[in-house]
Amino acid sequence: MEQDWVYGLLGGGVIGLAGAIYLLINGRIMGASGIVGGLVDGSGRNDGGERLAFLVGLVGVPAVLALVFGAPETNITGNWAVLIAAGLLVGVGTRVANGCTSGHGVCGISRLSLRGIVATVFYIGAGGLTVVLFRHILGVI
Amino acid sequence: MRRLFAALAGGVFGTGLMVSGMVDTAKVRGWLDIFGAWDPTLAFVMGGAIAPMAVAWFFTRGRTPRLGGSFPPPPEQRLGRPLIVGSVLFGMGWGLAGLCPGPALASASFNGAQGLVFLAAMALGMYAAPPVRARLSETHA
Repeated sequence: MEQDWVYGLLGGGVIGLAGAIYLLINGRIMGASGIVGGLVDGSGRNDGGERLAFLVGLVGVPAVLALVFGAPETNITGNWAVLIAAGLLVGVGTRVANGCTSGHGVCGISRLSLRGIVATVFYIGAGGLTVVLFRHILGVI
Repeated sequence: MRRLFAALAGGVFGTGLMVSGMVDTAKVRGWLDIFGAWDPTLAFVMGGAIAPMAVAWFFTRGRTPRLGGSFPPPPEQRLGRPLIVGSVLFGMGWGLAGLCPGPALASASFNGAQGLVFLAAMALGMYAAPPVRARLSETHA
């Protein structure tokens, strides 16, 4: 759609606001993979309540919005093998790299972190090559 | 109080992901698909989010977080193998399913069984990550 970029910019601003709240008030970097990962592997046990509260907001508020305004189209794949492989790769990759789109991308780039910039270049590059390979060459996704 | 603001940040983050259209896997894969119908929305989302975050980082100077504690230390300068390898793995998964951790959680309530399978696989990947990261750092040094 023509106005998608307007919603993108607006929604992006809201994401940045969320990151600003978490940084300036709680003193933490808003990285989705780090917040979940610390709960999953037990490394974030001492601030587990704070992490859990963040996840309640992240899952709960969109659930309420979807109830009120209707669930948005997500076009998620129905290919179970792709879902499982992708989930495993995203889980391992983000924790090994210590960050994902929110932590390295939004929070890292905004303070000109070299690690954030390099990580973003590599995950976008790898993502682009993967889409080209699996969509245009293999025709799987 | 920490939990309250963490839940608020999570909720605002989820709202931004909904508004920006980033819960739509077709948009994410469209951004990565430079040889298909390229969708630039993600660039606007990133730009929109990075701007307020850059302002937030500026306001951390000479201050402490509102709820006490201290701000995150300056970013590490060393890149290292885990950052690169992890980001490549993450990018591959991101390209395959069009989901990264934040949007996968934000859309958990309306992505059906597929969304839950992706999240379960992601959690498993995160659980398996620490030894992989240790191994990669070891061989680097």
